[in-house]
Amino acid sequence: MAKKKTIRTIPQARTPMPEQDPAARARNFKEVACGYTLENAHNEAERCLQCPDEPCVRGCPVGIDIPAFIQKIAEKNYHGAYDVITDTNLLPAVCGRVCPQENQCEGVCTVGDTLEPVAIGRLERFVGDMAIREGWVNRPYVEPSGFRVGIVGSGPAGMACAADMAKAGCEVVVYEAFHEPGGVLKYGIPDFRLPNEVIDVEIDKLRELGVRFECNTLVGRLFTIEQMITDMGYHAVFIGTGAGYPSFMGIPGESLNGVLSANELLTRCNLMRARDFPNFDTPLMPGRRVAVIGAGNTAMDALRVSLRLGAEKVMCVYRRSKTEAPARAEEIHHAGEEGVEFHWLTSPVEVLGDAGKRVRGLRCQKMELGEPDASGRRRPVPVPGSEFELECDSVVYAIGTNANPILGQTAKLKLNKRGYIETDENLATSIAGVYAGGDIVTGAATVIEAMGAGRKAARSMKAWLGLKDTDVVFAEAAPYEKRRFGFAPDEHGYARLRVA
Amino acid sequence: MGEDGGGAFEIVTREDYSDVTYMLEVRHPQMAKAAQAGQFVIVMEHEHGERIPLTIADFDPERGTVTLVVQAVGKTTKEMQQRCREGTTLYAVVGPMGIPSHIGGAKKVLCVGGGLGVAPVYPQARAYARSGAKVIGVLGFRNKDVMFWEDRFRAVCDELIVCTDDGSAGIKGLVTKGMEQALAAHPDIDECVAIGPPVMMKACAEVTRPRGIRTIVSLNPVMVDGTGMCGGCRVKIADGIKFACVDGPDFDAHQVDFDDLMARLARFKPAEAEAMKKWEESCRMKGGDASAAERY
Ligand SMILES: Cc1cc2nc3c(=O)[nH]c(=O)nc-3n(C[C@H](O)[C@H](O)[C@H](O)COP(=O)(O)OP(=O)(O)OC[C@H]3O[C@@H](n4cnc5c(N)ncnc54)[C@H](O)[C@@H]3O)c2cc1C
Ligand SMILES: Cc1cc2nc3c(=O)[nH]c(=O)nc-3n(C[C@H](O)[C@H](O)[C@H](O)COP(=O)(O)OP(=O)(O)OC[C@H]3O[C@@H](n4cnc5c(N)ncnc54)[C@H](O)[C@@H]3O)c2cc1C
Ligand code: SF4
Ligand code: SF4
Ligand code: FES
Repeated sequence: MAKKKTIRTIPQARTPMPEQDPAARARNFKEVACGYTLENAHNEAERCLQCPDEPCVRGCPVGIDIPAFIQKIAEKNYHGAYDVITDTNLLPAVCGRVCPQENQCEGVCTVGDTLEPVAIGRLERFVGDMAIREGWVNRPYVEPSGFRVGIVGSGPAGMACAADMAKAGCEVVVYEAFHEPGGVLKYGIPDFRLPNEVIDVEIDKLRELGVRFECNTLVGRLFTIEQMITDMGYHAVFIGTGAGYPSFMGIPGESLNGVLSANELLTRCNLMRARDFPNFDTPLMPGRRVAVIGAGNTAMDALRVSLRLGAEKVMCVYRRSKTEAPARAEEIHHAGEEGVEFHWLTSPVEVLGDAGKRVRGLRCQKMELGEPDASGRRRPVPVPGSEFELECDSVVYAIGTNANPILGQTAKLKLNKRGYIETDENLATSIAGVYAGGDIVTGAATVIEAMGAGRKAARSMKAWLGLKDTDVVFAEAAPYEKRRFGFAPDEHGYARLRVA
Repeated sequence: MGEDGGGAFEIVTREDYSDVTYMLEVRHPQMAKAAQAGQFVIVMEHEHGERIPLTIADFDPERGTVTLVVQAVGKTTKEMQQRCREGTTLYAVVGPMGIPSHIGGAKKVLCVGGGLGVAPVYPQARAYARSGAKVIGVLGFRNKDVMFWEDRFRAVCDELIVCTDDGSAGIKGLVTKGMEQALAAHPDIDECVAIGPPVMMKACAEVTRPRGIRTIVSLNPVMVDGTGMCGGCRVKIADGIKFACVDGPDFDAHQVDFDDLMARLARFKPAEAEAMKKWEESCRMKGGDASAAERY
């Protein structure tokens, strides 16, 4: 490296992301953020100070070696950058797009103390997209280990676990209830944020590793988790079934026609393609005036999808203030640009209906912030006499989800009191050989956390199976003697026993 | 199962019970083994199709098949009526879904099926019979010509009452009339299962409520995923909200808010009408299929 960079010598301004114009994009499903050009990426890579203490790495839930990959970009060694990232992160093109970077890697970036932080996510996406365009795959040399691993759920947690177990030489089958794999990445997050093609490419990469996807399979009902171990010959099982089960508030009027969950809206629109109705058969009754309750990522997606489905007015109703809103800052910003109207410190008290049992409005109450609650956020308290009505014909709930009950109903898995699967620190469940991770363990979280959990569980599963967790050795690179990956024959004798 | 959903779920038999009701027997050995009374599947006819729930009306682990009885009411079910033949395949079939019916304890059970509900009540009647209960069946049809499965019911019921709207078979009247008759003859009936259109189930609940007989209905709200993820299938039970796909579809009839269910079933009416119209037009344009389309 040449002269040491300092905060004064680096490009001061964060390189902006080329974006579709708000007015145009609010009416189409094409991607909003168009991605960095080579020039953009170099400019931004120059802003990284290569801090020796690497705070950003600790900010990333999976600990990507961020300075190293940024350095490779600066050196124009893009494939090298890809290798660094994929050492820890299976899905750079996905995480670069959807991670809440401001709370993770970028939130602790040194540059951010003085200027705007290095755009780590955008650089990561740049590398991920280039890998897709160029068709790069790092195919490891895989020595079959003879073990069979079953994975339940094809979201980011399941995908990450599948990749690691396949690389460890296991025969991996991923079971998915839907007719297409991908989890929330497919049915929830809309195309204008994360195009389906990106996910399909990643899924194809898993197939190349030998992972098999069995869709249309509702585990727990078609067969149980226990049966996977006892009858179907799986040596280990990973559960990554996500959160699901959307919450409603329990206020009057919730069964009026026009009230639905964001999950339903998004699934109909994204996975079932109701936006192309009637070319696709699944209907959706898009509102003209839509009120979305909540201010997380799901709420932002519901708002922006409603706009693109042709709504005239789209309103976000949230009981706390903008500072407390859980959505990624970028999504709130994008939503605002596209014309979403925000009603902060507003809480719904009743959905109003007409004679035909259709929604005609939402009665709300103004709130003010009081004392901090258990989560450390200031608790919203109603302002007496502040009720007012918002006129709308559709009300979408995006106020969080509860645990999906199916596996709890059908397996003797220990659940916590909120209904999520209980695991130890290695992500082992109460059934020997069965591991779990992602939203079904933590409750709704993030893509990268789910992926991290999938990988962590994979490490535990390898230990359980007696597979040596060596580094990946890539096919072309090493001569046969040096290939250290996969199952070591001398370890056949491991007793697969676990003390509960 | 089929890699990636582009699955091939083969239809091994098709039978028509009337101009609107048809039976499809689908090959799915694993499901045939797992299925229990009261469960359902979600079917997609083709890649652009809608996910529609259908009750598992019968299952045969030996043959490795599950049987669906479908009533052609809208775009998807009519298109299936036209296209599904022996040897053709369905794009997606997932299940069994839902909590199996709780069969146990009851000594004398009244199983009521109306129209579309006749098929789904059959596995329950059979399960009760196998559990050792006496089973009295009440089946309701529009008329004699659309009757089906009388033989299957005779084989599992100790007594069978058929009701038709026009009296062309059995007694003339609605299933509630048949129920009254059965209850008069058997005051010791201790459980009732009623499946059919919501209005019918609501009426059945009112027959048993004053008598305090435990009554189970199988609810049919509009569904999408069937895995508890979308909340589209939510129903009002007593004062709480339940999701029919994972908390049901069986519920205590005396706790169900049927008016709520009926209102919510109508929520896609305009879109359904549009889909139907477009599809019928496209059938007419294809010429050869026109006669089939006009039949409806
Ligand atoms: C609309 C929306 C927007 C979001 N936006 C962001 C964002 O911008 N950034 C971010 O980091 N996070 C975001 N999240 C959160 C993130 O998507 C989740 O935390 C993450 O997807 C969880 O991954 P998972 O693998 O645990 O589960 P999921 O992605 O939920 O996948 C679980 C899969 O398991 C399947 N399944 C469930 N039960 C069964 C069963 N019994 N048998 C077989 N299969 C089953 C499901 O069909 C599903 O495909 C968003 C979530 C939503 C809903
Ligand atoms: C648990 C369950 C079990 C069922 N079992 C059977 C069965 O065994 N045989 C049978 O013929 N029908 C059954 N139904 C109803 C069947 O799913 C609908 O008739 C079918 O979806 C109609 O689709 P369509 O496109 O032909 O008609 P559409 O024109 O789309 O709709 C006609 C009516 O069907 C209902 N409906 C529409 N879409 C759905 C949907 N996705 N989910 C549920 N209901 C919908 C609505 O009330 C609508 O007004 C069941 C429904 C449920 C929920
Ligand atoms: S995975 Fe997410 S948190 Fe980690 S470096 Fe990439 S964008 Fe940041
Ligand atoms: S903290 Fe920021 S500047 Fe420092 S190494 Fe990480 S990305 Fe670069
Ligand atoms: S069908 Fe989606 S939750 Fe029941």
